[in-house]
Amino acid sequence: MSGKNSDNKKEAQPQTGMHRRGPRGMGNIEKAKDAKGTTLRLLNYFKEYRVKIAFVVIATVASSLVGLAGPYLQGVAIDKYIVLGDLDGLLRISLMLAGVYVFTTLVAGVNSVIMAGISQGSLMKMRKELFEHMQLLSLSFFDKNQTGDLMSRLTNDIDAIGALLTQNVTQLVQNLLTLVGIIVLMFSLNVWLALASLIVFPLMIIFTAVVGKRTRVYYRDLQKQTGGLNGVIQETLGGQKVVIAFEQQDAVNKKFDKMNQAVKETGVLALTYAMMVPPIMGILSNANIAIVAGLGGWMTLQGLATIGTIATFIQYSRQFANPLRHFANMYNSIQSALAGAERIFEIIDTPPELTDCEDAVSPQQIQGEVVFEEVDFEYVPDVPVLKNISLHAKPGETIALVGPTGAGKTTIVNVLTRFYDIQKGKITIDGLDIRNMKKDYLRSKLGIVLQDVYLFSGTVMDNIRYGNLVATDEECIAAAKLANADGFIRRLPKGYQTELSERAGNLSQGQRQLISIARAIIANPAILILDEATSSVDTRTEVQIQEALLNLMEGRTSFVIAHRLSTIRKADMVLVINNGEIIERGNHEELLEKKGFYYNLYMSQFKGTIDDADFEYIKPVEVYDQPTSSMPMMGKRRGPSGGPSPEMMRQRAMEIVEIFKKKQATSPETAKTFEELEIPPQYQRMIQMRLTRLGIIADNGGKLYLIEKNLSKL
Amino acid sequence: MSELKRTFRYLRPYTREAVLAIIFLGLVVVLDLSIPRMVQTLVDEGIGNQDMDIVLRTSLMMIGASILSATMMIGNTIFSVKASRGFEADLREDIFKKIQTYSFGNLDDLSSGQLLTRLTSDLNQIRTMMTMTLRMFTRAPLMAIISLSIMWTTNPQLTKYILILMPVTGVFITLFIRKLQPLFTKTQEKLEQLNQVLEENLSGIRIVKAFVRRDYEGTRFKSANKELTDISVRVNQLIGVLFPLTLLIMNTGIVAIIYFGGIQVIQGSTTVGTIIAFTNYVFSAMFPIMMLSMMAGQISFAEASAKRIMEVLDNEPEIKEKLDAVQLAEVKGRVEFKNVSFSYREDGGDPVLHNVNFTAEPGETVAILGSTGSGKSSLIHLIPRFYDVSDGKVLIDGYDVRDVELKSIRKHIGISLQEAILFSGTIRDNIRYGRPEATDEEVIEAAKAAQAHEFIIGFPEGYDTNVGQRGVNLSGGQKQRIAIARALLVKPSILILDDSTSAVDVETEIKIEEALEELMKNRTSFIIAQRISTVLNADKIIVLDDGNIAAEGTHDQLIQTSPIYKEIYDSQLGDGGAQ
Repeated sequence: MSGKNSDNKKEAQPQTGMHRRGPRGMGNIEKAKDAKGTTLRLLNYFKEYRVKIAFVVIATVASSLVGLAGPYLQGVAIDKYIVLGDLDGLLRISLMLAGVYVFTTLVAGVNSVIMAGISQGSLMKMRKELFEHMQLLSLSFFDKNQTGDLMSRLTNDIDAIGALLTQNVTQLVQNLLTLVGIIVLMFSLNVWLALASLIVFPLMIIFTAVVGKRTRVYYRDLQKQTGGLNGVIQETLGGQKVVIAFEQQDAVNKKFDKMNQAVKETGVLALTYAMMVPPIMGILSNANIAIVAGLGGWMTLQGLATIGTIATFIQYSRQFANPLRHFANMYNSIQSALAGAERIFEIIDTPPELTDCEDAVSPQQIQGEVVFEEVDFEYVPDVPVLKNISLHAKPGETIALVGPTGAGKTTIVNVLTRFYDIQKGKITIDGLDIRNMKKDYLRSKLGIVLQDVYLFSGTVMDNIRYGNLVATDEECIAAAKLANADGFIRRLPKGYQTELSERAGNLSQGQRQLISIARAIIANPAILILDEATSSVDTRTEVQIQEALLNLMEGRTSFVIAHRLSTIRKADMVLVINNGEIIERGNHEELLEKKGFYYNLYMSQFKGTIDDADFEYIKPVEVYDQPTSSMPMMGKRRGPSGGPSPEMMRQRAMEIVEIFKKKQATSPETAKTFEELEIPPQYQRMIQMRLTRLGIIADNGGKLYLIEKNLSKL
Repeated sequence: MSELKRTFRYLRPYTREAVLAIIFLGLVVVLDLSIPRMVQTLVDEGIGNQDMDIVLRTSLMMIGASILSATMMIGNTIFSVKASRGFEADLREDIFKKIQTYSFGNLDDLSSGQLLTRLTSDLNQIRTMMTMTLRMFTRAPLMAIISLSIMWTTNPQLTKYILILMPVTGVFITLFIRKLQPLFTKTQEKLEQLNQVLEENLSGIRIVKAFVRRDYEGTRFKSANKELTDISVRVNQLIGVLFPLTLLIMNTGIVAIIYFGGIQVIQGSTTVGTIIAFTNYVFSAMFPIMMLSMMAGQISFAEASAKRIMEVLDNEPEIKEKLDAVQLAEVKGRVEFKNVSFSYREDGGDPVLHNVNFTAEPGETVAILGSTGSGKSSLIHLIPRFYDVSDGKVLIDGYDVRDVELKSIRKHIGISLQEAILFSGTIRDNIRYGRPEATDEEVIEAAKAAQAHEFIIGFPEGYDTNVGQRGVNLSGGQKQRIAIARALLVKPSILILDDSTSAVDVETEIKIEEALEELMKNRTSFIIAQRISTVLNADKIIVLDDGNIAAEGTHDQLIQTSPIYKEIYDSQLGDGGAQ
């Protein structure tokens, strides 16, 4: 399943939310491909807030304009009242000034409150839309996109948009107005002083651009090196136990030191440049004050200006730098928000999985008769995965699917559940084409137990109930009992109410499987699909799982991707699948009779060695036999004194093969016992242990014969 | 703050840079604050006295001060960046090297994900804090204090109004922060909750689809989404109100200066220039306070980060070499467990192994069988002293492993752990991980023995094929085979394979076994396997049950005497039913 690797990632990127916004930025500028289209589409999310936004904009315009009056009124206060000694006037203008400030504060506060609602609301909507759409996407989408990447859409990208919305949109309006307003006011107050004030700004812009360019270059290096360093750290920590086991700590430290040093040096360069900007801006702003004061002073002496004007200009030039600085930051955050939005829209635009046809039905009941008629399927065009699959499962039958990895077993399950649609042929349940069935209905009638068990966080009870949301506690417990899970669940600290941590790390693989079986039982499906686990579960749990599965399969049509012999034995029909085709079918015994593909598979996979029941007359070969005569050390247990080399083993195997050939024991009909073949006892273990497992030697009711086509496996 | 303070010792090597940074910063503040003062001079003495000379001189002095202050600021930047980056690199190095001293027990307590977080984002957080300390945190109080003292010396009467406003601002912001702090934490929680719902949904998408739980999942997501939104709205609204309100307090100061200052000018007790200067000083006295309190949140985040980092640094390796540890030049491979009990807990509770006794003679192969959780891996982890026994002794060639230099035992042990972890780099690099000086011939030999050679040369770049993030995707079985080759290459006297062939198909497994027979001669080998067929050939089979040795012997003995062994054997090889 997808998402296995997301565990680490999650831990590795815990910096979500409020305090993450800081380090974003410089040098890491992404660009949206279609900025205009994306912006327009983004604006759609704000449609429902039209009225509120209009209010905010108007209020912002008003407060920006009123705000500009602040410094102006200060100048007036000095020139008209303080200098002239008008106490009443001074009080009046002070109150006006206070009024201006109260008004702007009020507007800013109200705006923030409204905007917080709007921006968070639209983010919520965006998240919801994205999530809901993802639920509709087909599995192939999730095959292609890793969980970690999708997670980042919903967190980082939405966050980028959020950062822009909460911090910048109103500020953008305000800054723009302030900038224009200040310029207009300065010019209307005093053209020459205004011009003098503006001299500094081109300098600021040029300087920022030049330094910014350098900064970006160094930042890119820094980012690359930091990425490399973090990669080394991540990898080392992930394999720390291996590092310890091989005593490689020193080597690892050395590698780390080199990269750490490089990051430090580049970091110093990049940051020195980056941090140079604000102070220089500050100085230019100071220099501006000097110019205004100097020139203003001279002009005042000439009668061309007033002291109040100087005071006003000083305030304005302080305010002037702010919007400029904001614009630079805003550019970056707009770009990354748009790039994020683009990625989000990309998912929303992915067409949903196969949809129900218009007249899709949900039959009352399902008996469970499943028929595949000449089904062809390919995931990728021109790479057929299923070829001409036909099968017929009667209600209640168990069909075992057997075959090598990649043969197409899982694909059969995927098309039956309509995770994918077939390209040719027909799949019917109770005679009804599954494409004419409501997809949700179909799936609700199919019980699926997958190999890689997935449990959700929540209690054990919740997880069982996932199969049937309206099930009572008693029903869940009954299901757990049938699934052989009741025993261990009761032994958990809080029984059924035990919380499963994420990915159910506190349960063993086998226990998780039992819970997933209980989950399938409670869903009470008509048709069951089992993917038997190949992973190593201990023997006792294995027995419990087998029992539980048998309970589950009782009375249901079941498809089992089988890895266990006992399951196959009990199946009504075994389908042997190879390269997307059913190459043999029948029950276990019939297939063994055939001595075909299944027979070999069985020999190599399930038997391992020939067990005692089959070879009663062969007692386990005693081992410490002396290297005698012409066949030294045959079948010898390797001991302190050493053992046969692979080369020798091979040679011996060839000798055995020769014996079989000479005696013409090469088919089931001509199979012979050890005695008939005159195989020395020392060879027998080799035959039992290896050649049968490799499918080179097969047994037929106690008689052995050679399967020549498998000789290549030697 | 205490944990944060502890990290400050990493600044010590950069004391010179840090001190210089702060001195420069002080000068910057003084120069910056001299500007309004000069404006005042210019207005009062220059314009007031109609003295063009003073106007010119003062404005030139202002420009000079600006340039000087710029230089100082650049100086501060250079030194503070040097100090904070050095601080970061040193701290990072210390954390990383500390982790390298960890033993398995330490690593069980702190997952690699947690450690990674501490080495990256937590460290970043503290570095940012350090940079701010060397800049803003020093600058802000300096600004406030110097502004206030200039104001006080110029006009104590007017300064009083500002002095009243300062604590008001402080109290006001503190109140807000107090309210915000828990909300921040809660936002974080809600965000994590949302992420969890999402993560589970995406990882379990097959289950979601199979059980048709789209609506149920939708509801789960919706409520998490709503909760996050509600809390975010509140946080953003509070911040949105806080900022204009603090600005209002500052502006109130300006109004007060204009009004009361204006009265004083009219009464002749102060000058117009003073008022202009004061309106600037109000800004430089109060704005830093505002910024500083806004940063209070940052400090608590940094403190939390510092705590996590210090936890890593304070964690002492569980396995320590004795001072007089013996160095083993050679290991024959006799392994003996004497009354060994072992628990992962320090207090010895929940023992995983009880009183285990056995001896493996040099060259013997010991297979260990048992159900999951029976203690198989724990047992073999005691041999290279990945953990220390709780009771009893593990002896190698008669030496207690605790008396021997770690390196000298581990050098002689080749181990392939349950999870085959490879590092990025070429296949060759991975195989010779334990012995980087190995020749290509040796690498190939090991790979052949592990049945890896064939698939490796099947890659276009053979042994130079890159594995890991940017390399080829190896299957589980291929990784395991490379891990086995890696273990073999160290030419160990003791070879340990912990379920190393679980993902390998049966045919390959047989081939590996065959090849291993050759390689295992002359070395003591421990093999854990789930498939019983793998262990049939062992000189000794140990069956573990719940931490006890349930049976010990050869296959032929055990099949007769041990019911547990027979059960395992039957379930895997016997046909378990009628034929």
